[in-house]
Amino acid sequence: MTQLLDKPVALKPPTSPAERTAHRRAFLEWIAVHSLGIAVALFFTLPFLFVLLTSLMSDSQALSRDLIPHTWEWDNYRRVLDTPGFLTWWRNTLFYAVLGTALTVISSIPVAYALAKFRFRGRNLALMLVISMMMLPPQVIIIPMYLFWAKQLDLSGTLWPLIIPMAFGDAFSIFLLRQFLTTIPDEYLDAAKVDGCGDLRTLLKVVLPMAKPGIAAVALFQFFYAWNDYFGPQIYASENPGAWTLSYGLESFKGAHHTDWNLTMAATVLVMAPVILVFFFAQKAFVEGVTLTGVKG
Amino acid sequence: MKTVSTVSTVSTYTLRAKHRRSTLRTLAFLSPWLIGFSVFFTYPLISTVYFSFMQYDGFKPPSWTGTKNWSYVFEHYPLFWPALRNTLWLVVIMVTLRVAFGLGVGLLITKIKTATGVFRTLFYLPYLAPPVAATMAFAFLLNPGTGPVNSILEKTGLPAPGWFNDPTWSKPALTLLALWGIGDLMVIFMAALLDVPKEQYEAAELDGATPWQRFRYVTLPNISPIVMFAVVTGVIQTMQYYTQPLIAGKVASGVIQGAGTQFEPGYPDKSTLTLPQLVYNLGFQRFDYGSACVVALVLFTLSMAFTALLMRRKGGLIQAGDR
Repeated sequence: MTQLLDKPVALKPPTSPAERTAHRRAFLEWIAVHSLGIAVALFFTLPFLFVLLTSLMSDSQALSRDLIPHTWEWDNYRRVLDTPGFLTWWRNTLFYAVLGTALTVISSIPVAYALAKFRFRGRNLALMLVISMMMLPPQVIIIPMYLFWAKQLDLSGTLWPLIIPMAFGDAFSIFLLRQFLTTIPDEYLDAAKVDGCGDLRTLLKVVLPMAKPGIAAVALFQFFYAWNDYFGPQIYASENPGAWTLSYGLESFKGAHHTDWNLTMAATVLVMAPVILVFFFAQKAFVEGVTLTGVKG
Repeated sequence: MKTVSTVSTVSTYTLRAKHRRSTLRTLAFLSPWLIGFSVFFTYPLISTVYFSFMQYDGFKPPSWTGTKNWSYVFEHYPLFWPALRNTLWLVVIMVTLRVAFGLGVGLLITKIKTATGVFRTLFYLPYLAPPVAATMAFAFLLNPGTGPVNSILEKTGLPAPGWFNDPTWSKPALTLLALWGIGDLMVIFMAALLDVPKEQYEAAELDGATPWQRFRYVTLPNISPIVMFAVVTGVIQTMQYYTQPLIAGKVASGVIQGAGTQFEPGYPDKSTLTLPQLVYNLGFQRFDYGSACVVALVLFTLSMAFTALLMRRKGGLIQAGDR
């Protein structure tokens, strides 16, 4: 706190009365803005804090109105990890997220590149269709998709119906990458062409190295999407606990421990933690990606 | 391709070959998406329309029923209109509050000069919380019996509502959850606010504009396209609103089982129903695939109407990258 207050006070001392009022107003504004900032920060962080504190309470205390644990029960986390299935859910989620992300990135790059840099009839139409796909609620087409995967290919009870489509481009990833690739100046591509590069070589040797931040953002979004997905696993994996993911399993965990808020909150922390860790390692790429979706008018 | 017409010495034969090659090249690059678009978009959409006129339970072969599914959903299915009303509530109140709060937090973060990075990360983090986990956390925080929020409210003598257990408070509770995850909008607004030309603020200040006037006549006109973008994408997201209301209802009602076919969605008293939940209810709990497809098509029409609005916007999504 004291460290925060140093800054405005450290300005050179005001001389004239007018300057002093201006100076005082700036100081008051600084106080107001940062107090508000701290209040808003509390709104965003207190839920995490309460969840964390409850996850460390004893079974009986978790049923009370106490906010702070009397004894710190770190063992709760071991109890959650020992729950049959929990580690399987972890593995399944990781499998879905990693493989799905890899397939999405590989299949979306050439499409995004063509939409960004090739000139062809129907390009705008294709782009509009990509946006329509992106905005389509997954529930709209779930009935035929489910019948297709479950009745025709007999793949219900697995995560394959969620992973395989990612090998055929993901609309949101295509759109985001395309937005990024259009910012790469055509001169680079022309230069590569003059040097005798074909389209594929230009993409691999010239465009990809320049598009790394965009690719990173797309990969992160897709990883998070798969990690957080509830509806997909609910439809395809629910009948087979061996294929459940964390998001789906967490709900059944709550069902099995419905009065044990401490264990449920410990499980909640274990589901949130990886996402937050990934974010800290890749913060910049992520924020850039969000800005890109926002699309500066 | 435009330069081609000026090169008169090249024979039309090679021209055509060149053109064909470039078409093939385009098709090759687009091929993953062309397959995806046909198999995972066009085919299921047509199929959804087809099934909406069929009686089908997944076991007996589908049979033609005309518009019976349609009249069932609109006239007799007890969950349809409550879900649509809830969607309207969420569009009017949740989307508005999210945009306003997102803009407010975005403004605040541009004014914060000390430890900006720390504040920004803290504000952003809840957006990343997986929806099931975040909803579970809020179901705990807001539970009327032992939840910390009501404990604090009662200690300070304020009324402690039933939140997810009370039909009038369940949507406000969902709204709180949605406001908690405002990070995406904050970042978008922050970028837009930093793009507003400084000279305009300086000019306004010279004219003696108050802070409110500066916001009203300089900031707002400059960022209005982004506000529009946030509103329309917010509405589209509301059409897809599924996981949070479903989990909140399940946790609050205490009826959670893995593959529960008995759970009636919308607890308490249909107040958390949304359209996507109806597709699940009709298709996967009642095995009435035909009626589920009717709701799916309503959902499709609403989403595409707002998507069209988004694409028609001046300087909209498509041109944005072409600047």
